[in-house]
Amino acid sequence: MSDSQRQVAGRRKVRVVSKRRRRIEDALIAYSFIAPNFLGFAIFTLGPILFAFALAFMHWDGSNPITFAGLDNFWRLFEDPAFIDAFWNTIIYTAVSVPLTLACALGLAVLLNQKIFGRNFFRTAMFFPYVASLVAVAVVWNMVFNPEMGPVNMLLYTIGIPPENLPGWAADRHWAMITVILFGIWKSMGYYMVIYLAGLQGINSELYEAAGLDGANAWQKFIHVTLPQLAPTTFFVTVMLTIQSFKVFDQVYMITQGGPGTSTLVLVYHIYNEAFISWDLGYSSMIALVLFLLVLVVTVVQFRRQRED
Amino acid sequence: MKIAGHKIKGSTLAVYLTVIVITVVMLLPFAWMLSASLKLDRDVFAFPIEWIPAQPRWQNYVDIWTKIPLALFIYNTSKLTIIVTILQLLTSSFAAYAFAKLDFPYKNTLFLGYIATIAMPWQVYMVPQFLLMREFGLNNTHLALIFLQAFTAFGVFLMRQFYMSIPNELCEAARIDGMNEYQIWAKIMLPLSKPALSTLTIFTFVTTWNDFLGPMIYLTKTELKTIQIGLRMFISQYSAEYGLIMAASVVALIPVLVVFLALQRFFVEGVASSGLKG
Repeated sequence: MSDSQRQVAGRRKVRVVSKRRRRIEDALIAYSFIAPNFLGFAIFTLGPILFAFALAFMHWDGSNPITFAGLDNFWRLFEDPAFIDAFWNTIIYTAVSVPLTLACALGLAVLLNQKIFGRNFFRTAMFFPYVASLVAVAVVWNMVFNPEMGPVNMLLYTIGIPPENLPGWAADRHWAMITVILFGIWKSMGYYMVIYLAGLQGINSELYEAAGLDGANAWQKFIHVTLPQLAPTTFFVTVMLTIQSFKVFDQVYMITQGGPGTSTLVLVYHIYNEAFISWDLGYSSMIALVLFLLVLVVTVVQFRRQRED
Repeated sequence: MKIAGHKIKGSTLAVYLTVIVITVVMLLPFAWMLSASLKLDRDVFAFPIEWIPAQPRWQNYVDIWTKIPLALFIYNTSKLTIIVTILQLLTSSFAAYAFAKLDFPYKNTLFLGYIATIAMPWQVYMVPQFLLMREFGLNNTHLALIFLQAFTAFGVFLMRQFYMSIPNELCEAARIDGMNEYQIWAKIMLPLSKPALSTLTIFTFVTTWNDFLGPMIYLTKTELKTIQIGLRMFISQYSAEYGLIMAASVVALIPVLVVFLALQRFFVEGVASSGLKG
């Protein structure tokens, strides 16, 4: 090896060392950005989540010693009629409210994407139920839909529906789920409308002009330009809505408390009951695990589909 | 068709009619709430509805402050909401910068940790979380609720999505100019991310202000309670005093309305950045 060759090799070594040092420094800088949030997140969210999964395989009432349960809690799911009702109610809630909310949000967005007078006011009005306190609006909702005295049934009565045919809303097992779903759509569609509005504004207007030149009418433009262009937005909204509806709890708690009977009992409500009412922490964590798997399946399937697109 | 001398197309008229009808339906419960808050209990359910009471009962708005410690509840909620919102904005935008613009080992794994919990219902881990907080001696403190709300996956995700849309060239140029990463975050990213920060402010403010189950689990002492559990307590104590309940509900809605109206012009932009770029 000549001197010059040796020199080159030496320099290369120095460069490798300093490169590695740079990389460590860069990583430390990056970690310093993440640390304040991640530490709080790890302690107060990730930790409890892992603990919850472990609890699913334990028996515990919160005070007596924990004992290992194996699959006891899992087998119990199949013998618990309340769980089976809660499972199907959650699926029904999702299957009905996701497409309806999506359609309402999209329809509203298309209407309010036009240059109409006062559209900012209209947009704000549609969005407001989403930000309004659930406790406050649920109280109003309960009063407005009160089967005996509420203005909705009064109105139905005045237009000629006989008292025995008036819906019982939250008090009637056949109407309770419908009441919860209507409330959910009313409360959340403004939010998804805003997402759709953002999507609509991202569509290139030349596409509409081209479609217009080809003689497309408004409906054809909607089907052949708007809908395909909005596909990524629809994907996002569907995933968000599905996950949200698997998690439904607050509105059920405030409006029907899961009843009458088990007609509006949903998974999260059952988790809440088993945990904070029965203090059966192991079993409630097993239901939570089922809920998690449900959410996981939807998320993974949707992300696969998005990647294929 | 002609209205006030202007020609109006039928389709335009249909659009206006539809929009107005939907808006009325959306706002009707609020109008009913406002109207009921100015009535005597026995008039609340009178039908047909007297939307503007002939003799508005302003006394309801005076009485609620003495029937429950409403001012204290509002103070508690404001304190929690402001602290949580500030912590959330700072730590999320800080972490999001690293996830969007820096490279480091385990970046994807750590980010996956955040993503995985976005879908995770809080109710799944609220029990272990409660036991942990109890272990730390934090039950019946506001600190428990601050820790619970201030470090969310959603905040990091939202800010990251926004930062991804800012061209990398901007950071590269700043690095060549000799700025360090902290300066880039403070002088370039933060000023550019006003829409995303506004969105996150609305979300955090609204979520914390409206949170119900968290305070219900952690705060059993009346002097620590927030407006939502205070409201709920009021409803169960005075269940037939509809006028008062509605007045308290209106008061609980006002701060959210104010923040929302003040920041809503950033809103469409902000939600766009969270919704469109995966």
